[in-house]
Amino acid sequence: MGCCGSGAELTAALPEARSSDEEVLLASRIVADGMRQTDLSVPTMHCGACVRTIEKALGGLAGVQSARANLSTKRVTVRWHFDDGPPPFVKTLSRAGFEAYLFDVKSDKEDGALSELIRALAVAGFASSNIMLLSVSIWSGAEADTRDLFHWLSMAIALPALGYSGRIFFRSGWRALRHGRTNMDVPISLGVLLAFGMSVYETVQHGPHAYFDASISLLFFLLIGRTLDCMMRERARLAVRSLVQLAARGAFVVQADGTQVYLPVEEILPGMSIMLGAGERVPVDATVSKGDSELDVALVSGESVPLRATVGSTVRAGTLNLTGPLTLVATAKAGNSFLAEMIRMMEAAEQGRSGYRRIADRAAALYAPVVHVAAFLTFIGWMVATGDLHNAITIAIAVLIITCPCALGLAVPIVQVMAAQRLFKNGIMVKDGSSIERLAEIDAVIFDKTGTLTSAAPRLVSAEHIDSASLSLAAALALHSRHPYSQALVEAAAGLTPSPVVFDDITEQAGFGLQAQSGATVYRLGKPSWALASPESIVGAASVALTQNGQWMTGFCFEDKLRTDAAVAVVKLKQSGLRVELVSGDRKEPVGLVAAALGVPYRSGVTPNEKVARIKALSAAGQKVFMVGDGLNDTPALGAAHASMAPASASDVGRCAADFVFLRQSLLAIPLAVSVAREARRLIRQNLALAVAYNVVAVPIAIMGLVTPLIAAVAMSGSSILVVANALRLKGGEGIAASAAPGTISAAAILEAAE
Amino acid sequence: MKDYFYLIPIAFGLGLTALTAFMWSLKAGQYDDLDGAAERILHDETDAPIRTTQPGR
Repeated sequence: MGCCGSGAELTAALPEARSSDEEVLLASRIVADGMRQTDLSVPTMHCGACVRTIEKALGGLAGVQSARANLSTKRVTVRWHFDDGPPPFVKTLSRAGFEAYLFDVKSDKEDGALSELIRALAVAGFASSNIMLLSVSIWSGAEADTRDLFHWLSMAIALPALGYSGRIFFRSGWRALRHGRTNMDVPISLGVLLAFGMSVYETVQHGPHAYFDASISLLFFLLIGRTLDCMMRERARLAVRSLVQLAARGAFVVQADGTQVYLPVEEILPGMSIMLGAGERVPVDATVSKGDSELDVALVSGESVPLRATVGSTVRAGTLNLTGPLTLVATAKAGNSFLAEMIRMMEAAEQGRSGYRRIADRAAALYAPVVHVAAFLTFIGWMVATGDLHNAITIAIAVLIITCPCALGLAVPIVQVMAAQRLFKNGIMVKDGSSIERLAEIDAVIFDKTGTLTSAAPRLVSAEHIDSASLSLAAALALHSRHPYSQALVEAAAGLTPSPVVFDDITEQAGFGLQAQSGATVYRLGKPSWALASPESIVGAASVALTQNGQWMTGFCFEDKLRTDAAVAVVKLKQSGLRVELVSGDRKEPVGLVAAALGVPYRSGVTPNEKVARIKALSAAGQKVFMVGDGLNDTPALGAAHASMAPASASDVGRCAADFVFLRQSLLAIPLAVSVAREARRLIRQNLALAVAYNVVAVPIAIMGLVTPLIAAVAMSGSSILVVANALRLKGGEGIAASAAPGTISAAAILEAAE
Repeated sequence: MKDYFYLIPIAFGLGLTALTAFMWSLKAGQYDDLDGAAERILHDETDAPIRTTQPGR
């Protein structure tokens, strides 16, 4: 069980979630009479032993009917009786050594698409293998009676399969046509339906050529591409959603009679009084009516230094309360809060990007008219030449069948699935295929500072020059605070011998620092002007001082800690011909320092609006911008940029807005993503060229009227295999997860074929 | 020709059975947790708490 040990330390550091019961209730749903279901996300579950520990721990709780852990999605589903409140799920799991977060089932809506595709794929696989079986005997020269019987049988199999599996394409093609557009599904639907219709006519007329096999195996091939594509998006969505939820789900509201009620965020109205403990996030925009604390605003404004909040100050939704409890008076509804405003700005900014048309659609827009015109001209030509209506129609339909974009339909998604797989292995999540296409086009990168280029946590400057006794004393004090500087001190003193000083009483004064007593001695750690008895005696530019009875002991300076490999990543990006820029909401000095360390131009004190404006200005100058950011204030910019990426630590909204999410610390993910995207673009172009080359060879044969069902089947499978094989060159290693289910199906198809 | 009357229905029936079996397994959630299923096989089945709290699984 060695792999599960690390979780315990993590959980110990987390603040006690006092709102847990009410939050569990809010996030649960009723499944049966008196029975509720709660989904928990447990990111640290990663082996069979974890599964067992979790199920045992939760299953043993009173009121729990069943607990089932899912190792693939790292989720636990618990069903419980609602008699006396929810059982303590999160606490139980944290005692077992797992961090757990509530998982909102309500927002999980896209589940249906993938299972519909898999079912359609299974039916198409079954039908195509059976029809193929019958077709082989026809091709080998069955007598007329047998051939007719087999045609009828093929039709009986093909009709339900066409209805069931084909509706995915018909639906989407019809939708496009209704809006006056054309996409890849239009020629597909047309080709499949015409092939089927003509085959029915041939069968009734006892004709020799029926294309049931072509129309159904076409569906099968295309559904494979479609399913892989959907799986890729599904997996990224799951992985992104199971990250920690940062937004407050609700808050304790003080009623008129003094009691506290836990209300969901949407029900908090302006004027309500909210109790906010240390370690909780501000649910809506509010002003402070009581208390004194510091707020971590890194995710909201990009400033790395916490802000002081006292009576009368305004606080924004999404900021994290660090030091003391606060009483707030809500000033806006959730729908009007800073968070919601950012989402609105992001949606407005995204309008520009929605103009992007995917490569496959652009290809289809060119391809479909050409094919349809070619088929029509063939029909006219044969009518003029021979005057035989039946023959002319047969040949025109054969042209449509042979040009049906089987390879074209696979050419793009298969490469993107491979690219996503490679990125996934390197800890990068891709939202969808179009983001890979867009990433390949960029020529400028804009970085946010706090939380993106730098870790959100500051670092102690030149710790090795500080006297170790003072440092360990400071660390011993700092252990009692949640302030980022305190945590940096604790981290810096990790290897030192613990301080021999024993404190009697420690208090934290929000906005100033910590004060401790040890016998008659008073130690203070905090703002120099507060910690020192006489403010004139400040030494140097230290931002935190340690004093003994008001006398200077040591000063500490902090700087932003650059993420691992930030410098290397920036150099690599520059080498690949990209312009790199730093745009941050933080103050000039820290931004300037980071920018100088990386050697990039910078802008500081930028508002969310100005970030969007900067991106728009660059786009107007013809540049395609790739935005990398994490904060709420970056969200509109993430939406406005041509492509965007966020670290896993980003705000919920930011993570959902970004096209890519990287899960590891290293910023090398960015140059890697760019190079994979560019390689994918190259392969997509090759694949499209291959598909066109196939048509250049096959179409003349079809126009001449030489195509038989056998030739159609061989040509179509051949071109698809070629395109898939070309895409596999991107793989670089084995990739099992995404192809597991279709593999199962094709295994079933092989079994059937063998029977 | 006469052979077809039972051979084809047999082949067809077998295929249909496989399809039904797959659809059923999909619906029953057997592909929901492929990683977990691989690990669960190693679990000790006589473990009382899981069994008693999970009737019907």
